[in-house]
Amino acid sequence: MTIKEIFDSMSYGPAPESSAEALAWIARHTGSFGHFIDGQFTAPGTLFETRNPATGQALATVSQGSADDIARAVAAARRAQPKWARLSGHDRARILYALARLVQKHARLLAVLETLDNGKPIRESRDIDIPLVARHFYYHAGLAQLMPSELPGMAPLGVCGAVIPWNFPLLMLAWKVAPALAAGNTVVLKPAEYTPLTALLFAEITREAGLPKGVLNIVTGDGDTGAALVAHPDVNKIAFTGSTPVGKAIRRATAGTGKALTLELGGKSPYIVFDDADIDSAIEGLVDAIWFNQGQVCCAGSRLLVQEGIAPRFHDKLKRRMDGLRIGDPLDKCIDVGAVVDPVQLATITEMVASNTEGETYHANTPLPAGCFYPPTLITGLSTASRLMQEEIFGPVLVSMTFRTPAEAVDLANNSRFGLAATLWTENINLALDVAPKLKAGVVWVNATNLFDAAAGFGGVRESGFGREGGWEGLLPYLKPATASRALKPVTAIPEPASFDTAGLDRTAKLFIGGKQARPDGGYSRAVFSPKGRLLGHAGLGNRKDIRNAVEAAHAAKGWGKATGHNRAQILFYIAENLSARRAEFAARLRDLTGSPGETEVDRAIQRLFTYAAWADKFDGAAKSVPIRGIALAMNEACGTIGAICPDEAPLLGLVSLMAPAIAMGNTCVLVPSEAFPLAATDLYQVLETSDLPAGVVNIVTGSHAELAKPLAGHLDLDALWCFSSTNLSRLIEEESAGNLKRTWVNHGRARDWFATDAEGRDFLRQATEVKTIWVPYGE
Amino acid sequence: MQTLAPTQTQLPQLAHPRNPGMPLDLDWVAAVQANTSAIERRAATLGGRRSVKKEFQAAWLLKAVSLIDLTTLSGDDTPGRVQRLCAKARQPVSPWMLERLGLPGLTTGAVCVYHEMVETAVRALEGSDIPVAAVSTGFPAGLSPYRLRIAEIGESVKAGAREIDIVISRRHVLTGNWQALYDEMSEMRAACGAAHVKAILATGELGTLRNVARASLVCMMAGADFIKTSTGKESVNATLPVSLTMIRAIRDYQDRTGVKVGYKPAGGIAKAKDALLYLALMKDELGHPWLQPDLFRFGASSLLGDIERQLEHHLTGHYSAGNRHAMG
Repeated sequence: MTIKEIFDSMSYGPAPESSAEALAWIARHTGSFGHFIDGQFTAPGTLFETRNPATGQALATVSQGSADDIARAVAAARRAQPKWARLSGHDRARILYALARLVQKHARLLAVLETLDNGKPIRESRDIDIPLVARHFYYHAGLAQLMPSELPGMAPLGVCGAVIPWNFPLLMLAWKVAPALAAGNTVVLKPAEYTPLTALLFAEITREAGLPKGVLNIVTGDGDTGAALVAHPDVNKIAFTGSTPVGKAIRRATAGTGKALTLELGGKSPYIVFDDADIDSAIEGLVDAIWFNQGQVCCAGSRLLVQEGIAPRFHDKLKRRMDGLRIGDPLDKCIDVGAVVDPVQLATITEMVASNTEGETYHANTPLPAGCFYPPTLITGLSTASRLMQEEIFGPVLVSMTFRTPAEAVDLANNSRFGLAATLWTENINLALDVAPKLKAGVVWVNATNLFDAAAGFGGVRESGFGREGGWEGLLPYLKPATASRALKPVTAIPEPASFDTAGLDRTAKLFIGGKQARPDGGYSRAVFSPKGRLLGHAGLGNRKDIRNAVEAAHAAKGWGKATGHNRAQILFYIAENLSARRAEFAARLRDLTGSPGETEVDRAIQRLFTYAAWADKFDGAAKSVPIRGIALAMNEACGTIGAICPDEAPLLGLVSLMAPAIAMGNTCVLVPSEAFPLAATDLYQVLETSDLPAGVVNIVTGSHAELAKPLAGHLDLDALWCFSSTNLSRLIEEESAGNLKRTWVNHGRARDWFATDAEGRDFLRQATEVKTIWVPYGE
Repeated sequence: MQTLAPTQTQLPQLAHPRNPGMPLDLDWVAAVQANTSAIERRAATLGGRRSVKKEFQAAWLLKAVSLIDLTTLSGDDTPGRVQRLCAKARQPVSPWMLERLGLPGLTTGAVCVYHEMVETAVRALEGSDIPVAAVSTGFPAGLSPYRLRIAEIGESVKAGAREIDIVISRRHVLTGNWQALYDEMSEMRAACGAAHVKAILATGELGTLRNVARASLVCMMAGADFIKTSTGKESVNATLPVSLTMIRAIRDYQDRTGVKVGYKPAGGIAKAKDALLYLALMKDELGHPWLQPDLFRFGASSLLGDIERQLEHHLTGHYSAGNRHAMG
């Protein structure tokens, strides 16, 4: 083409970034890699190829990690951990700082290698992924520095296993490794099978940073390697980013093992455009939402909800914008959309779109290279029931629906099993700040999309997982209280004596559901005896249907979440007041039930209610310092409906210790009281009834912990389940919770002193809340 | 690959019908939104998304040359200075370079001067078909008596200006008096007669991008052939966010009326690299027609010098020096 011809056509032409340095790096390793264990590369083992998806050519061969490799890596991490944790926060900060600096120094090599291995445009790896990696290490160098002063009494978990996906290979490594290391843990990381190379280059970089051997270990391989890491008994935590089905499998696999777990999973994130939005900017936002990284983004704005009146014009403009997208060689500095990561993924996307028979499908009218590429696609006219409206496609495919009102937009947005991110566009600040808190999502972007920063928490609710990455809230899942715990002994009910007295007029303790006293559905009750052999009364034996009714009642009371903190505080104070008025009666009841004096427990319960009345309007969120002109609000939102199987050993205080933080934060709850000593709880509902607590906010179902745990854990409309029973139900609960990936908080058979000061406070409040990050860029 | 029939490099070509304007539609004006932070993000990432290299870059830079309104707007302009500028417009790049690049005879898009210099410029450009543009209507502040501003247009047209760059009354925008802006623009357009009218919004003085978007729309409704960012005399002149806002308005106007309106960023575009960014912005947002001089111009004085250096570097492989290229 002559210059005159180009002058006339004004075509872009090729603008390739050189891959020479990256290929030379691979060649220096003879094109073949072992694992990185205990500070050095192992000899390559059973090998598999990692390919450049844009060309289909093999880039290198890497080793398929075996269970033995995992065991060696975990052993190395275990050996290194105590010394790493003993370093001062400052000493760990120095190394994290060096890692940040070195990532910057090797930025272009990392970016090119990432693009070669993954297929994402070099613009993204160069301008987004790698800068965010450096930022993450800088930020966590800061957290390491501040940890001793800001988080006293916390200790690292030990050895953390990280299993990461192929869509942001090095960035996801950073999201796992930086907080783990800052907190004093050591790590075994399994990169994705498709994209192991930047992790191996990073391993090399850690040596330049002076990271002690064994602190970070990398074992490459496929899903089996990941499963071996998850299954390894000497791993204290698993941090996983990936698909929801695998996340659920990991939840089941780690159930009952005591391993901590955070999951960052799939999504079908809504992208809401109101009719007063800057439409062109909202369309440009979609380019960053669903055509970023070929749509292979867990938080991709993949579900467009556009207000009906502007929908035709919006779709027309959107199609024109799609036609302008340039698809091609990811190393070209002048393309927008690169290669899909692997032919397998391409086949999945192709199949999902091809099998859809509804609506209208529009493929961008733009040249599509041969190979592993999929055109930007818009599908309009789908119904809520359409598979493509519900399921994650994980490709450059946008589905669209219309809505009429803000309320309908919220309903449609929340009509999903997922809850990772949401985007909304409006020029009306009232509308924006009203809608953002109503969206079921861990991250909300207002008039922007896919903004990320190390200071702002990222993570989901519902089947998008649990836990946050980034910010202080992202560090906490890598820490635990430094205090040791002891085993919890089973607390059993007083058996029926051969002969017994009865006391006074018969009283009937019922279940407490939806503000009403309810007979147990099954019609069975259990006699409750004092240690001295007196018949104290009967407690209803709740069953699964009672759980069903209680959860429904709790949902019906969701208006509680909108009550002000001040209002919730008043009610908690009032509960305390009414309990105080009946102090003697409750103390006597506790003595009757347990044989020990009850005054202290009642007094502690009153204090605890005061504590959470105090917290109700003080567990503030934060305005995060993110590097944009705008604010990122971290809001502590109620989880929703929380189930709690209460401690057996402190029948009143234990229940209050769980109920009070839950309702203080705006949750509704279903409480299963002490199985052995249930009558303190059934007395308590009379206190609740007289304390202006709205019906359904607290529901009480007495009965067998073992029997009620299963319907609670398996309930798909329960948002969290806590268990402090002396029956060890932790495995059952964690396993069953995988159904809707509700958050769980279980005791793993360890005791807690409910009378102690650490049995209340921020730990409990954090369990009762989700951090939602709301990004609001501004400027006029 | 988009391939169009070769076009003339000389101007104007009148390939598109002029903008006849339309009645003022205040509902449309009121509905216009411009989200500043989102527009800034788009503008900031453009450079990372679009890159033009080697012979493509050379061709694009030559295109940029053909789109320059080579400008002198100084109090100390003299006939000699303007004649020198016009000579540069006829021969913006050394003949040997244009020969080797395959585009001999390339000229700039126009020469832009004050009214008093129009005759000089017209004479100096005789036989070249390079139009003379005159800044008008009390440039740059636009605060001289209204009838004089209108009269000034007629004088410049009489003197031979084929393009008139008018300045709008910023106060009409700042007070939301869209009717007054529309009336003013309509009358100025009428005063231009056959000459093309470019409406200078002085975006640096409009306060918000929303105002920029609304003013753009009103000027187009009133029949502007081009909308132009700045006089070059404001403290902030052409920027990418402002440009994006204005060309989105152009696109919406075309969607509604079918009429193509031209765009001229002016002031502050001094580097070859900037010119490439602007061209990519036009290509991506509005398409190929807006890469031609009848719909796109750069208002610039020092841009050409940097482009000449880059072109020589392309030809020789050596970084060039300013003293190797003829002064404008």
